[in-house]
Amino acid sequence: MTVASPNAARGVAVELIGLRRTYGTVNALDSFDLHLAPGEFVALLGPSGCGKTTALRCLAGLEDPDAGRITIGGRDVTALPTNKRDLGMVFQAYSLFPHMTARQNVEFGLEMRRQDKATRAKRAGDMLDLVGLSTQADRYAHQMSGGQQQRVALARALAISPQVLLLDEPLSALDAKVRTQLRDEIRRIQLEVGTTTLFVTHDQEEALAVADRVGVMRAGKLEQLAAPLELYARPASAFVADFIGLTNRLRGRATGDRAEILGGSVPLLPGSGSGDVEVLIRPEHIDVTPDADGNASVLSASFLGAHGRVTATTDAGEQVLVQVPSASLPDFSPGQRVRLTPRGDAALAVAL
Amino acid sequence: MSQRAAFRRKQTLFRWVTVTAVLAFFVLPLLGMLDFTTKVRRGGRTLATWRTLSHVSEISTRYPALKEGFLASLGLCVITVVLMLALLVPTMTWVRLRLPGLSRTVEFICLLPLTVPAIVLVVGLVPVYAWVFYLFNESTLWLALAYVVLVLPYAYRALDAGLRAIDVKTLSEAARSLGASWFTVMWRIVLPNLRTAVLSASFLSVALVLGEFTIANLFSRRNLQVAMYQLGKSDAKISVAVGLVSLVFAFVVLFAMSFVGSGRGGRRARRAAAPAIPAASPAAAAAKES
Repeated sequence: MTVASPNAARGVAVELIGLRRTYGTVNALDSFDLHLAPGEFVALLGPSGCGKTTALRCLAGLEDPDAGRITIGGRDVTALPTNKRDLGMVFQAYSLFPHMTARQNVEFGLEMRRQDKATRAKRAGDMLDLVGLSTQADRYAHQMSGGQQQRVALARALAISPQVLLLDEPLSALDAKVRTQLRDEIRRIQLEVGTTTLFVTHDQEEALAVADRVGVMRAGKLEQLAAPLELYARPASAFVADFIGLTNRLRGRATGDRAEILGGSVPLLPGSGSGDVEVLIRPEHIDVTPDADGNASVLSASFLGAHGRVTATTDAGEQVLVQVPSASLPDFSPGQRVRLTPRGDAALAVAL
Repeated sequence: MSQRAAFRRKQTLFRWVTVTAVLAFFVLPLLGMLDFTTKVRRGGRTLATWRTLSHVSEISTRYPALKEGFLASLGLCVITVVLMLALLVPTMTWVRLRLPGLSRTVEFICLLPLTVPAIVLVVGLVPVYAWVFYLFNESTLWLALAYVVLVLPYAYRALDAGLRAIDVKTLSEAARSLGASWFTVMWRIVLPNLRTAVLSASFLSVALVLGEFTIANLFSRRNLQVAMYQLGKSDAKISVAVGLVSLVFAFVVLFAMSFVGSGRGGRRARRAAAPAIPAASPAAAAAKES
């Protein structure tokens, strides 16, 4: 397990063991296990309703699991109420106390811990400095932008030096540019303070960009928990491959640890099926060349900035997305015959 | 452009006509009362009634029943407001946080008293009060229990509007995660943000309790209105004068309420860039809240 934070020693381990939570007939969490190493930044990713927020709320104590155990730094907190769990939490939006200034918001948690006025003021100043808002200390929430509000919320959560930091889709209410900015800032600050962090999001780019490990959830279960690169290159299931990035599903035949598709052969990832299969292959793992005797014809070619995408239909009638360098995009026009060949990177195959 | 200006002028005119009509509706009876209290039988004016009324000591010696009723109503106001807030604020907050499925039921129960005529309420309350008076004492202040029921619909509406304006769930969860107990959440987070709503609910309750006659009279308890009614039989002028004072007081309270609403709590409204429409009359303010 890789832990990037140089200050990881300050963090504590967090364990969620066999959590179960049902709402009526829906299993929001189903024997859910998750271990966070000290100082680790783990993102939970999944479609809406997959249970990621329930997992975070169970850890926060805002939701009671029907079964299972939660420990923070080796201490069993399953029966502990939220206010005794020593956590910092950042919500989606509107979580700043509207009748308090930014500084008072940040001081609130310290007040709850009965720290004296001077200590509180100093700590609040430091934290607002950390998020770059020391000049806005006396503003109320309604006088700040969404991004600033979330920064204050982060400062407030971290001011109490919590054992665990919980981020519940803190960026989803912000516009794209602020989102990337704040995302990187959250990561920088997390590395600086070394707090074990659980981050819930439905935005895969966000998760892949900042987390040490990303857990992909589906129907209350963890499908795969791995480092972002690993998750992308070696998805454990068709769901993960589909959910993370773009994937082509191509019919082929698997024998041993290889499969035949598009007239070529690709190595298969462990856990792949055999016989008649669907091979999940990334658009950047296929080559496309103009060829009058090719095996496909171009449907469309689109420019996406740094690279282009060619959509082609194979002679078998399957649609394939291929990523090409922008410079070679003019070589392709709709209706043109092309040859598609797999590049030979390992792919996952699922039995039909 | 000129068409639009004409339209706006017309709109302004309409607004003033409406405001004037509404004000006249409320002010004319008051003027009539004022006229009555200052009239002398054979023509001319006297301020004798008002002079009497401005001497507190004289009232309490000459009209002890009035003093008793006034004090009782004052006590009833305070007790009703305190009970109402203690009952409603935590309940409504809790329902919002933990039992959202119950919110319709709670709303229904709170609005129910609107549909029950006071006389029916009294019939239902008679056995209850028979026991209360038997077991404890015959204090008029016990009426506060019935008044809490009576003010429920208005107070509920006012508080509900306040709770709607803030994200109680997120705010209390944020406070909890920072280490606050439930009591601290209520006292430090929910209540300050409900300030305007709590004031509205309280003002409405005060106005209602000050004006309550039916229940008190049917239970043979003497509150302000009952005292005024009884006094009206022997000294109509002083009774009407007191009535005028209490009406004006209630109007002022409701009027003040509409300003409180647009003061601190108005931050949110200003942000929403809603054009400020001046509160036309206390009645409009009351209508807005209920």
